[in-house]
Amino acid sequence: MDVQDYIALAMLLPLIGTVMIWMSGPRPNQREVVTVVTAILTFLCVLQVLPPVLAGENPTLIITEILPGLPLAFVVEPLGMMFALIASFLWIVTSFYAIGYMRGHNEPNQTRFYMCFAIAISSAIAVAFSGNMFTLFIAYEVLTLSTYPLVTHNQDEEAKRAGRTYLGILLTTSIGLLLVAILWTWFAAGTLDFTKGGILKGKIDDGLVIVMLFLYMYGIGKAALMPIHRWLPAAMVAPTPVSALLHAVAVVKAGVFTVLKVIIYIFGADFLTETGASVWLMYVAGATVLLASLVALTKDNLKARLAYSTVSQLSYVVLAGALATSFSLVGGAMHIAMHAFGKITLFFCAGAIMVASHKTEISQMRGLGWRMPFTFAAFLLGALSVIGLPPLGGSWSKWYIALGAADAEQLVFIAVLMISSLLNVAYLIPVFARGFFGPREEEAAQMADAHHHGQEPEPSGHAEPKSRIAEAPLFCVIPLWITALGCVALFLYADRLYAMLEPIVK
Amino acid sequence: MSFAHLPALVIVIPLICAPLCVLLRRKDWAFVVAVLATWASFACSILLTIQVMEVGTISYAMGGWAPPYGIEIRLDALSVYILLIVSGIGSVVAPYARNSLLLEHIEERAHMFFSAYLLCLCGLMGVTVTGDAFNLFVFLEISSLSSYVLIALGSDRRALTASYQYLVMGTIGATFIVIAVGLLYQATGSLNMADIANRLPEAGYTNRTVIAAFAFLVIGAGLKIAIFPLHQWLPNAYTYAPNVVSAFLAATATKVSVYILLRFVFSVFGVEFSFETLPTALPFLVLAVLAMFLPSIVACFQKNVKRVLAYSSVAQIGYMILGLGFVSVAGLTASILHLFNHALMKGALFLVLGAVFYRIGSCHIDRMAGLAKRMPWTMAAFVGGGLSLIGVPTTAGFVSKWYLILAALEKGWWYVAVLIVVSSLIAVVYVFRVIEAAYFRDAPEDLRDVAEAPISLLVPAWILVFANFYFGVETSVSVGIAERAAQALMGAG
Repeated sequence: MDVQDYIALAMLLPLIGTVMIWMSGPRPNQREVVTVVTAILTFLCVLQVLPPVLAGENPTLIITEILPGLPLAFVVEPLGMMFALIASFLWIVTSFYAIGYMRGHNEPNQTRFYMCFAIAISSAIAVAFSGNMFTLFIAYEVLTLSTYPLVTHNQDEEAKRAGRTYLGILLTTSIGLLLVAILWTWFAAGTLDFTKGGILKGKIDDGLVIVMLFLYMYGIGKAALMPIHRWLPAAMVAPTPVSALLHAVAVVKAGVFTVLKVIIYIFGADFLTETGASVWLMYVAGATVLLASLVALTKDNLKARLAYSTVSQLSYVVLAGALATSFSLVGGAMHIAMHAFGKITLFFCAGAIMVASHKTEISQMRGLGWRMPFTFAAFLLGALSVIGLPPLGGSWSKWYIALGAADAEQLVFIAVLMISSLLNVAYLIPVFARGFFGPREEEAAQMADAHHHGQEPEPSGHAEPKSRIAEAPLFCVIPLWITALGCVALFLYADRLYAMLEPIVK
Repeated sequence: MSFAHLPALVIVIPLICAPLCVLLRRKDWAFVVAVLATWASFACSILLTIQVMEVGTISYAMGGWAPPYGIEIRLDALSVYILLIVSGIGSVVAPYARNSLLLEHIEERAHMFFSAYLLCLCGLMGVTVTGDAFNLFVFLEISSLSSYVLIALGSDRRALTASYQYLVMGTIGATFIVIAVGLLYQATGSLNMADIANRLPEAGYTNRTVIAAFAFLVIGAGLKIAIFPLHQWLPNAYTYAPNVVSAFLAATATKVSVYILLRFVFSVFGVEFSFETLPTALPFLVLAVLAMFLPSIVACFQKNVKRVLAYSSVAQIGYMILGLGFVSVAGLTASILHLFNHALMKGALFLVLGAVFYRIGSCHIDRMAGLAKRMPWTMAAFVGGGLSLIGVPTTAGFVSKWYLILAALEKGWWYVAVLIVVSSLIAVVYVFRVIEAAYFRDAPEDLRDVAEAPISLLVPAWILVFANFYFGVETSVSVGIAERAAQALMGAG
């Protein structure tokens, strides 16, 4: 088979999987086997595309020409390759996790859940491989629509309201701003192909570049720049596997991925720095980084806190794009990978805690670490990576973005990055700390309560704190350790990632 | 059989079959005749389209009497395009009618229905093929009179008043058109449209008779199209008509009326007179923009989903008129293309509602709550049609909007482009209201165990939904013909 076939298969397999999941709906075991097998095959297909990309080629697949000059085309370049690898690999991990979570939580409508999940992954890979802005836009919209049923999964009032916010913001921005920007680009440049060095230089008035950049940056609602970030916390009503893979990886990363694509291949980094059109974006992104972190501090609900942390971390990538130096762009691209592994670990942990102990608020988690030591240890690894401390992957991307800021002589943003790290410490570490330190009366009360309800008596008290380990199902715990170890691996092998991504700025 | 008589055959077939349906008196036979007649017309239309695309305009002298004195059938890219829409929708809807009528309490008069249906189809197709201005009026009246009958067949008693309202407004419109034709005859001495176009410069563009003719024609056609604010008849007519009729009329009747407007304004009067001598473009643009917004907003507050779609139709007509008001090839292409795409999406959505009505006897949004669980295929079709109505990429609706926005940018009117985009966001609201009700609300007590719609209703609906996606990806045919038609129209001026 050619590379082209693998590109097509990588997007088709999840869709075929969707149909098969639907057909095996009444048989949960078969359904979940189909999901996992599809995920593994998809990842293998994506992997087949890697060697030619590493060799410096850009495998191309053109399906059909929708409008004259606007084909449905897929061109794989390093940035997209990385995104597709992350999305498809983490889908495997998430599939296992979802089995544990959805069963442990007795969720309804699981067939629909797995079907929409597969469609969302297919469209995320399509976003990654898109060869022009038009194709990307189509895949981007499919991603929005296919994740809507996942956000509204619970079908209660809250889920419906969240679904409205989700769809409202994402569709409004994409149709109202992004589509206008795309049309304008097409009208001005006569092409929408992703081209090295950009396509807009000399095609639009220098003064209008700012307007165009504004349309793109706020049109890409999935990048969750403030003040259009509200859909992301709202989406947290979804089951945790959705929050983990889609709202920490596939959907939001599709947003910042598109931001980088637009900056590198539509505007061209040089064009942006020459015109200075992106300076406002640096400040908006920097402000989002800090403000979202501050909001995260105030959240007691663990998933809400993680959601605001995601908003903040996404703006690292936008900031990197706005700085538009070669260091910052590669750093921003690396941050997509680093944050993906770190944040999915944290979400997996949040879900595991919910399954095992039905706790969602951080204030309830005192002493819980003794009961779920594996989960909390993995949480620490994920948290350290998000904060950006060695020996975890997150430290590298932050390092390169900071270098980029120095390169662009925007030193204030180095300060922003440092303050943000401190804020990250302030809102992530207490979760871990609360698990192991602090008074354990809560746990004691819990025990007494359990005793009261006629369960077998447990030795309680301070003497034997580790007496009872009540971890989440293995299907939950193993995936979260895989991703946590992934954070470590990304620290050790960051040079390979760097080498792979370097061509995008050369 | 020789293909030479195809242009006549395409309208003669339904015209002959219409009385045949009544004579047969048996509803099954009438059904078979009607379906075969529509399919035959559709086949003729496809052959004609291929012919026109290959050799250009076809002229056929009816009865061998040479034009301009005899009646001429004249087919160019625009005519065959509309012909294709009308006969295509007609042949998808006809098989659907049989089962759909069962619940409308008119099955014992089904042969009457099919007769009126074929007459209406014949009239609509006749308008598009004829090259004679008076003949056009005659065909228009055939289609209008039969459509009053079709609407009045609705099971709700309000269908009668709706039909009456449409009759009054439609007759005013048709009368205005015939007055315009009369004035043109007075000014030029001809009824053949191509001939009138040739003779008009002689009569002089400042001639008051010609200007009056133009005014009557635009208002008359505007009434039939339901250009905002002349749309008052439309919501009631679409809401209370039998479902199959709503689908058929929404997808075809207004399109044919737009055709009349395009034909007269661009081919007969010519671009120079219509837009340079007279300031026609601006009122069109203003009304189009108002139509894009006000009826859309009204649609968001309707409880009856058929009414939602009816108001949405008025809004969509705004897009067609907007493209016309640009007075450019790009704008006209978008306009004509939207005729085609809108027929697909509205046809699909109304057929879906027909299937809903078949099972639950209502199209009220509260009654449709929770319906997605019981009728998954039906509601999935609604989602498909709805996405096209919003204009999501890879649907036909997106292609229309793309061309319309490009046409606005070409003019340098970026604010119009923004307005188009914003107005399509309103469509998101009214489409998702229905989807949210069907998917996320609990079904009313008495509708807990309705079954999926019968296959005979689902297949036609899904054919159109599929077409929405097919023509959203494969645009060479739909855009190609529209572009040629637009070039011909602009070139004529």
